[in-house]
Amino acid sequence: MAPKARTVSNTLAMTLLWTSAIVTVGVLFALIAYVFINGIAQISLDFIFGYPRGLHAEGGIWPTIVASVYVTGLAMLIVTPIGILAAVYLSEYARQGRMVKAIRFAADSLAAIPSIVLGLFGLALFVEALGIGFSVLSGALALAFLMLPIVMRTTEEAIRAVPRYIRWGSYGLGATKWQTVSRVVLPAAAPRVLTGLILATGRAVGETAVVIYTMGTMINTPVTPLDPGRSMTVHLYLLSTEGINLQAAYGTALLLMVMILGFNLTARLIVRRSRRLSE
Amino acid sequence: MTDAAIIDQAAAKADFFVEQDKFTVRNLDFYYGAFHALTGISVGIKEHHITAFIGPSGCGKSTFLRTLNRMNDLIPGTKVTGKVLLDSQDVYAPGVDPVDLRRRVGMIFQQPNPFPMSVYDNVAFGLRLQGKRKKADLDDLVRDSLERANLWKEVKDILDRNGLALSGGQQQRLCIARTLATDPEVLLMDEPCSAIDPTSVQRIEDLMAKLKDEYTIAIVTHNMQQAARVSDFTAFFLQEEVGEPAVLVEYGRTATIFTNPDDKRTEDYITGRFG
Repeated sequence: MAPKARTVSNTLAMTLLWTSAIVTVGVLFALIAYVFINGIAQISLDFIFGYPRGLHAEGGIWPTIVASVYVTGLAMLIVTPIGILAAVYLSEYARQGRMVKAIRFAADSLAAIPSIVLGLFGLALFVEALGIGFSVLSGALALAFLMLPIVMRTTEEAIRAVPRYIRWGSYGLGATKWQTVSRVVLPAAAPRVLTGLILATGRAVGETAVVIYTMGTMINTPVTPLDPGRSMTVHLYLLSTEGINLQAAYGTALLLMVMILGFNLTARLIVRRSRRLSE
Repeated sequence: MTDAAIIDQAAAKADFFVEQDKFTVRNLDFYYGAFHALTGISVGIKEHHITAFIGPSGCGKSTFLRTLNRMNDLIPGTKVTGKVLLDSQDVYAPGVDPVDLRRRVGMIFQQPNPFPMSVYDNVAFGLRLQGKRKKADLDDLVRDSLERANLWKEVKDILDRNGLALSGGQQQRLCIARTLATDPEVLLMDEPCSAIDPTSVQRIEDLMAKLKDEYTIAIVTHNMQQAARVSDFTAFFLQEEVGEPAVLVEYGRTATIFTNPDDKRTEDYITGRFG
């Protein structure tokens, strides 16, 4: 290639790369700025801790925050032991073969199912067939399906990332397999496992389709797991699609984004701290 | 002389020493799947002495070390034939639990491998495995082990700091302390000094000299000077052809091996003609 052509192709490539980078970052910032500008005026103590009032849902969104945190927390309680035990079994105990590959493939497929399908499934199974009704529990169980593959796969990767020589140190001291797994491998993998849990939680908090089918849309502060509730996402969806109160919708959106951002930053912080220690 | 004859001779010599064998290995062959890694190894490891395994990279000396506490069992597809006797009891006999064996035969690895937990918990790890839970007992044993590993002075004020925050040499001594805490009879050291700085090497060598009164030590080392400095007995391993199993070329008192070896190949290796 002639030097000139080379310069041109180089410039072209650089321009393309830069443009895509700027578009990506630009879209993100535009989105955040848009929600921030529209939502910030809404944010007040009364908005966060108050109850919706009147036809136009004036006032606050407290019950929806409670419902969101409740359902996500419960889902996490359900998914954490199952996801971690499944991952430990798959990576440490199961004979690596076709069966394990099939289970991994199933987990990956579960992760690829559109969330609205999971919602429909949750409605059929938990709300109706099992008769739990629209409730925090039904919502949490359905969300657990959404979170399970994330938790399982990140835990598996976390376990695999524990260096072989650390395990050997444990075996060398006369530890059994279970002692090695439970006292060395899992604690060593804990920061990454926690990161996976937090990311899964972030996904669940932002989920709408699953919870609208399983927890309902009633505005009340859920107390027992059998109470129905309206999550922040569902509240946001109803306020905006039905044009009830767009300001409150933006306020809810902003709070939701701050919460998820908080989750992601926490996850990053944990990873960075643990990485600094192991280097 | 054929390899078999050399092995017989080495075995005969091994029997001749007045020192008591802690480990007696007879005619050991080792396989990684289809790969035949070691053949016809016969050697004694003398109680309360330091035995060094030397040889070029890939000659199977670390593999051999791991047959002594059955760490190779953790690698799928490995196979051992022959006899490994610890105090005249076959460690590969049916009914021997490798977990119990490893409590008697501790191991220090090439890469310092403290657990990602506090200095204290690292040392207490093996003790807790053995069911020791009482705080006061643990405190005493942790301190005692760290003192014996020449690390106490450096860490006594930072026992709650993560073991990974220590320097490489300190980490290695922490791993030694952790092993000493479980009160083993034998210490296997797999190139314990190859990943740490020279000052720390000195400290660990001093430590080994101190420990051999109480323990039987076997060390794999790349460093011939180190073998000459620290060990009482030396075994020279060699894989002569790629793809062929490695053999034990010569075994004897370190002073003899380094000054007046019987085998031409040992002499060539010691004098740095290959490896």
